[in-house]
Amino acid sequence: MKLGRVIGTMVASVKAKGMDGLKLLVVRPLTARLEPEGVPFVATDASAQAGPGDLVTYEASREAALLHDPWFVPVDHAIVGIVDQHAYQDEGGRS
Amino acid sequence: MMLGRVCGTVVSTVEHPFYDGRKQLIVRAVLPNGSFDGERYVVAVDLVGAGVGETVLVEDEGNSARQLMDAAPRGPVRSVVVGIVDEVTEDRS
Repeated sequence: MKLGRVIGTMVASVKAKGMDGLKLLVVRPLTARLEPEGVPFVATDASAQAGPGDLVTYEASREAALLHDPWFVPVDHAIVGIVDQHAYQDEGGRS
Repeated sequence: MMLGRVCGTVVSTVEHPFYDGRKQLIVRAVLPNGSFDGERYVVAVDLVGAGVGETVLVEDEGNSARQLMDAAPRGPVRSVVVGIVDEVTEDRS
């Protein structure tokens, strides 16, 4: 999993079979310290309740599809959960 | 597998049911000498009771992770912390 910030929503009325009813959100990827990193992407929402502004965890690759039921869907990024608490410290980091 | 250092934790109330009650750690990748490998990191499920500041071993591959968590064939998990590292030696010759 990785950390991301939901920055928008996306609606597609014509979708591949199996994607009906899946909520689509635009997510900006973040570093471990919550700094923006890389290009935003579209993810489905397996937490069911995420919205713009939320800090979330997301899964990329095949595991994204496994978060859904049925799981054989053409999805490669999916939101796992909404982060309530993000504790971070560099302690022990030598860089 | 990835060598990393635990830099924090993530707590979610609203999340996929598979992750309910599972501790999630922010693990930044480190080089054998202990310095961070750029910004590379992963949020991984803790299977060994690791804490912040500890050097750990992370399995970052889905099929192995599912096997370790008895969640095959369709557990939606890819990254798990599988060990706490005591020492790393690197032969630079």
